[in-house]
Amino acid sequence: MKREPIDQFAAKQSDERRTSVRLGSNACHEKRTQVLHEDYADVDLLRKLAGQIKQHTLEHLDSYLEKAEEKLRARGVKVHFALDAEAACQSVLDILQARGAKRLVKTKTMVSEEIELLPFLERHGVECFETDLGEFIVQLDADRPSHIVKPILHKNRREIARTFQQKGLGTYDDTPEVITRRAREFLRRKYLEADVGLSGANFVSAESGRLVLVTNEGNSRFCLAAPRCHIAVVGIEKLVPDDRSLSVFLNLLARSATGQRLSVYTEFICGARSADAPDGPEEMHVIFLDNGRTEVLGTEYREILRCLRCGACLNVCPVYRQASGHAYRSVYPGPVGAVLSPLLAGKRFLELADLPKASTLCGACAEVCPVDIPIPDLLVRLRNRGKQEGAPSGATPSLGGFAKLASMPIAWKAALGMGKLVDHMPRAVQPGPLRAWQGERDLPAWRGGAFRSWFRKRGKKA
Amino acid sequence: MSTCLCDAFFDDVARATVEVLEHLGCTVEFPERQTCCGQPAFNAGDWPAARTVLRHAVDVFAGEAPVVIPSASCAAMLSHGAQILFENEPDVVAIKQLGTRAWELTDFIVRGLGVTSWPGRFTGRVAFHRSCHSRGSGTGDAVSTLLRSLSGLEFVDFDEAEQCCGFGGTFSVAFASISTAMGTLKLDNLLAAKPDVIVSADMSCLLHLRGLAERQGRPLRALHVAQVLRDALASSEVGR
Repeated sequence: MKREPIDQFAAKQSDERRTSVRLGSNACHEKRTQVLHEDYADVDLLRKLAGQIKQHTLEHLDSYLEKAEEKLRARGVKVHFALDAEAACQSVLDILQARGAKRLVKTKTMVSEEIELLPFLERHGVECFETDLGEFIVQLDADRPSHIVKPILHKNRREIARTFQQKGLGTYDDTPEVITRRAREFLRRKYLEADVGLSGANFVSAESGRLVLVTNEGNSRFCLAAPRCHIAVVGIEKLVPDDRSLSVFLNLLARSATGQRLSVYTEFICGARSADAPDGPEEMHVIFLDNGRTEVLGTEYREILRCLRCGACLNVCPVYRQASGHAYRSVYPGPVGAVLSPLLAGKRFLELADLPKASTLCGACAEVCPVDIPIPDLLVRLRNRGKQEGAPSGATPSLGGFAKLASMPIAWKAALGMGKLVDHMPRAVQPGPLRAWQGERDLPAWRGGAFRSWFRKRGKKA
Repeated sequence: MSTCLCDAFFDDVARATVEVLEHLGCTVEFPERQTCCGQPAFNAGDWPAARTVLRHAVDVFAGEAPVVIPSASCAAMLSHGAQILFENEPDVVAIKQLGTRAWELTDFIVRGLGVTSWPGRFTGRVAFHRSCHSRGSGTGDAVSTLLRSLSGLEFVDFDEAEQCCGFGGTFSVAFASISTAMGTLKLDNLLAAKPDVIVSADMSCLLHLRGLAERQGRPLRALHVAQVLRDALASSEVGR
């Protein structure tokens, strides 16, 4: 993705787009808050419980993965492990080639974006179709999703209607119902023609080997019902210990993501076709993806792996609302992305080391996170790592001098007296941060030392 | 602890803090060697520099007395940020000891001293901007409790109240465009509620909002909660 500092990207964004993103995010956030607080007396307690279950799973991930693998195999599922994006893509291609499969339909899954699966398969002659409406539009536009849950939050219906016209899906009409119907008509044929259906998973229960898919449009049911083969690509952090804990997560996920009590479809997928399960696919594969996750697991940033990809932290984030998802130059935008993307970048960490700085550390994200991830703490930790590894400081002023001053009380007092000079300094010769401050804001009059002398004088009087 | 912002710009807020505490019967000391809570360097990722500042603070504020601060942000730095900063350092115990004694002013009044109402009058419509670093602390409720106990004060709600003002320390200069857009939006929401005054427990937010409002030529009266409490006291003394 194009390298452009986040603040510059945000400044160039059109007012129309900025407003779409802000209003869309705020509406989602308000609905989330209302529904959660209507339904639960202590939302924070539930978030903490969910966070603890996830953290527990992560800390015993090796044994839960083994358990899940065993259960899945017992249900006739072929289980693969992919160390990185390349291995995962190759794994999918191998399965397709072994079946002579040429056409694939897929549901929405961020992991496929992360490993850039579709461009890879298309290069190898596989025809792929996104079937989630938002992702389908992204695919038509050769764009990228800008939000984890709402991939086209940055687009309005006029833009979409123009795309449909250009791609031969009918004359210009921006009525939402018409757009949706046209996509459905187009995709219906694709489901029937497809050789393979590909999905991710929101959860995998280690106890039962069940895959859980949380969706709204019904497209995933078509994806998984029509084709004879189902491939699921799943991040290893999607495991939960047992079916019972799903009750905690399913109660939180849809409410946090969209303010729904439950998504329209919650699918429990129990394996390949067998005598006991005549409805399953002929062949089913689960590819567990690592792609940097076990490395993160061994660090002080491991809490980020609890993430359910609900998008609540994006919706509430004031920086995301101004900048929009593409500003983050990575698959995972917003607060969670500012932590996860540089970590998953591995050796290219420094290229994304500016993301953790794109935050006022206001903590709104941590307040809404359904698995209680201390995102601001992780952001500060990553800033420290960036500094240690020599990340370019960008526009962030160095605080070394200030800190030195702040550990020398005599110099500090002297500086309090000298600050007045700034009031008389032409702006052009002021230090950079002061000039940057005064681009759009006034600076109050310097009153350095005034409190100290007041306090001293009244001490003498007493 | 007076905070670097009050030390440099907002002496009246530090004065009001002293007067409010003395009204409650506290003896206030001001260690002259104090400087800063270390947050600017901590947030910028310059942890060795931040530790130097914090070690100085531990030295300056040695003892058992509560350290009362007219800022939820500096208080959160001492009670939370500093714990992360020193988690692998040999002197983490001293940092923790300081952290447990650090109080934001109104939290100290309400939860620390158990005072839940304030004498006097403050006439006008007040919009309370909850500073972000008071999230998860007692400050939000404490300010609200004290302000609502004043006679003549009308508490007004405004839209998107949980949103940040866009200051964020160095963020305000490193991400100037996003920061001013956030601040302008906050001003829009605040001013739409037609308050007579905007109150916060942190001068950093008010520095940002005031700076923007002045540049944009929008009238804005902003006070620290300590100033409101001090002014209410003055009114009760006049009334007696």
